[in-house]
Amino acid sequence: MSDLLIVNGHLVDPANRIDAPHDVLVREGRVAAVDRPAAFEGVEAAETIDASGLVVAPGLIDVHVHLREPGQTYKETIATGTAAAAAGGFTSVVAMPNTVPVNDSVAKLKWMLDPARGAGVKLFAMPAATIGSMGIELTDFEALHRAGAVGFTDDGKPVLEDHVMRAALVAAARAGVPVSQHAEDTRLTGGCSMNAGPMAFRLGLRGMPVEAEARIVERDLRLLREIERAEGLRPHLHVQHVSTARAIDLIREAKREGLHVTCEIAPHHFALTEATVGDYDTHAKMNPPLRAEEDRARMVEALVDGTADCIATDHAPHAAFEKRQEFERAPNGITGLETALGVTMRTLHREQGLSLSRIVELMSAAPATIASLAGRGAVGVGHYADLVLFNAAEEWVFDAESSRSKSRNTPFDGAPMLGKVRATISEGRVVYRSFEAALT
Amino acid sequence: MQSPGGLISGRFHYAAGSLLSVTHLSVADVSAILEETSRIAALEISERAAMLRGRTIALLFYESSTRTRTSFELAAKLLGATTTLVSDKSSSIEKGESLKDTGLTLRALGAECIILRHFHSGAAFVLARETGLPVLNAGDGMHEHPSQALLDLRTMLTRLHGTSAARRVSERSLEGVTVTITGDILHSRVARSNAMLLPRLGARVILCGPEPLLPEDAHGLGAGIEIDRDFDHALTQSQVVMMLRIQKERLAGLELDLGDYIARFQLNAGRLAAQAPKALVMHPGPMIRGLEISDEVADGPQSATEEQVANGLAIRQALLVRAMGGMR
Ligand SMILES: [Zn+2]
Repeated sequence: MSDLLIVNGHLVDPANRIDAPHDVLVREGRVAAVDRPAAFEGVEAAETIDASGLVVAPGLIDVHVHLREPGQTYKETIATGTAAAAAGGFTSVVAMPNTVPVNDSVAKLKWMLDPARGAGVKLFAMPAATIGSMGIELTDFEALHRAGAVGFTDDGKPVLEDHVMRAALVAAARAGVPVSQHAEDTRLTGGCSMNAGPMAFRLGLRGMPVEAEARIVERDLRLLREIERAEGLRPHLHVQHVSTARAIDLIREAKREGLHVTCEIAPHHFALTEATVGDYDTHAKMNPPLRAEEDRARMVEALVDGTADCIATDHAPHAAFEKRQEFERAPNGITGLETALGVTMRTLHREQGLSLSRIVELMSAAPATIASLAGRGAVGVGHYADLVLFNAAEEWVFDAESSRSKSRNTPFDGAPMLGKVRATISEGRVVYRSFEAALT
Repeated sequence: MQSPGGLISGRFHYAAGSLLSVTHLSVADVSAILEETSRIAALEISERAAMLRGRTIALLFYESSTRTRTSFELAAKLLGATTTLVSDKSSSIEKGESLKDTGLTLRALGAECIILRHFHSGAAFVLARETGLPVLNAGDGMHEHPSQALLDLRTMLTRLHGTSAARRVSERSLEGVTVTITGDILHSRVARSNAMLLPRLGARVILCGPEPLLPEDAHGLGAGIEIDRDFDHALTQSQVVMMLRIQKERLAGLELDLGDYIARFQLNAGRLAAQAPKALVMHPGPMIRGLEISDEVADGPQSATEEQVANGLAIRQALLVRAMGGMR
C-alpha cells in the first residue's frame, strides 16, 4: 500500500517541464509515480489528498535562513524556524552559520543537523567559510563537506580579504560546492543603517552606498576569473541577497562571460523600497537595506529575464524588544519564510505576469541546483516526496501574530498576499496543512 | 495610554501634542503654535505660572545641551510645571537600560510629557510610540530639531515683517524671502528642520557648503531645495542667512581644510557688507567665532541671535501647553 496519493491537482514541475493536471503517488518518503489524472484509480493509499484547485509543486527551497540555534533560541529555534518554513511551503532550508557559537566545525555542524533538534522539514547548512567567521583562517572545507555542508559562507559579513576569498573559492571548488557571499564592502558601511540617498539624508541616518555591494561582487568575479585561469578549477560563487542594479549588472555580464556565478534575491528587495523605513520602522531594517525604486525595479527585471537564479528569504528573526528601539541600534533582519510565496506570487505572478513554472523554478528547482540538493526541487520518480500544495488564486492577508516563527519582525504584517499554502509535504509526511477552506 | 486624536503614521500612533518632526505639522498647526506663543507672551507672569501648575514634565537628555535644556526647563517653570531632569551627565540614565524602559519609568513616576534630546536619529519616535506620551523632540541625532525651526520662523517673521506678522502664518507668509543655510548641513538637525519647514510657508531655501558637509542627497529634504556652493552668490540673493557650526565631533572620516572652509564660507563683515548688507543673520548656537562666523557679524546689528534665544523660550512654552492639551 502507498503512503500518500495526491489527486486532482495541477502539477507544476519546471525541472521536468510539466505544467498540467497530474496525480502523484508517494511511497516510503519518495515519489513512486507521477501520471495523468485518474491514472492511479484503484491504487490503495493510506491517505488521499484531493488537490482540486491547487497547484502541486516541488516543495520550496530556501538557501538562506537564520534559525538562531544554537545560542539565540529566544529569537528562533530549529524547530520553530522549520515550522514557519513548513507553513510557508518550504521543504528544505539552508541554515546560515552566524549562530552563537558560529557553525565552523564538523562537531557543530553535526549538532545542528542532528534529528534531536527537531527540524520539521529537511535542514541543510552552510558552515562558516572562516573560523568564527572572522575572515582570517579557512575552516576545514573537506571535512565539513563530508559532514553535509552544502556551501560555505560568512553570512552577516563578507569574506573581505582578497587572499582569503580566493582560498575559499579554491577549496569550495575542490569540494564541488559554492561560496555564498554576503557582498558588502564593510569599509564603506560602518555606522550605516539604511540605503544611502536622499531618504537617508532626510532621516539623518548614515547610508550604505550601492557601491558597497557592487565592489565585493566585482572583486569576487575577478577572483573567479583568476582561479579559472591559474588553477584550472571552476569555482562557484553564489551572491546572496542582491539588492542593487549595479551588482546585478555585474552578474549578468559575468554569466555572459561564462563564469560560474549564481545569485539570489530576497522578496523584500523586489517588493519593497526604502520608503518603507517611514518613521524609523525597524521592521524595514535589514542588510542589505531596502533600496530605491530604481533598484527594486531592476531586481524584478533580473528575476524576469533570468539573471537572478533564485529567491531566498534571508529569514532573520529577532525578538520584539530588540526591534523596539532606536533605528540605528536595532538589529538587521526580518522574518520571511511565511510571506515569501505570497509576496512573490503577488509581485511577480500577478503584477509581472511571471508564469507559475518560472516561480517554482525560482523557489525550488533553481535553489536545489545551486546547493546541489540531490533528489529535491523536482517531482520525479525516486525523488524525495517534498511537495507544496497551494491555491495560486487565493488572496489572503498575512497576520504576523499567527506566525509559527518565534519572532514577529516583518514589514508584511497586514500585507495582501496571493497564493495560499494548503499543504506542505516533507519526504512523504504532511508537515503543514490548512485544508478547511480548500475543502468547502 | 493613548490620548484622543494624535497622529497616525505608518503602523504607528503618536499622542496628540507630540512634536517629533516639522513634517508632522500642517501650516495650520504652525500658525496655531505661533498664535499660542504670542498669546502666552502677552499674559501676566502670574497667569502664565498657573497654566501648567501641578503638571509634571520630564526632560530626558542623552546628549549635553546647555541652551536647549535650559530653554525648555525655564519654559516649563514659567508655566508653573514641575520638571525632572534625567541626563547622562547626572548618570541617572541607567547603564544599558533601553529608551523604552527609561520612558516607561518616567511615565510611571508621573511624567505627562517628555522632552527628549538623543544622539540617535529617530529616538523621539521610539519614545513616543513606546510611552504613548506626548514627546517633544529636542534634537534627535542628525535628524531634526523642530522647536528650533519654529523659533527661527518666529524670529524671521518678527524681524522681516513685524511683531503682528509673527502671530500667524499661511503658505505665503515667507513669499519673496530667500533663506541661505550655510555650513555643516550633513550633521545639522537645525538645517533639516528649517529646510523642511520654511518652504511650506513660501520661502526659498538655499543650502550652502562644501560637498563633504552638503552632499547632493540633501535634495531629499524637499523638491524646492536648492544647493549653491558659492556662498557669495547665494548671499546676494538672500534676505536671511543662517550660519551653522562645524560639528567637529561628528566629522570622523571627513576631510576638511578649515583654512579653505573659512575662506569660502565664513560670514564676516566684509562678505556681509559686499553681498547682503541688509540680510538678517541667524545662528542656532553654539557659535564658533572666527570659524563659521566672525566676531563683528555675530555681535553686529544684522544679527538676530539673541532674539532667537528669546523666541526659543516663547515657542517652547507654547509647545509645552500644546503637549499638555491646554492650547486654545
Ligand atoms: Zn547576509
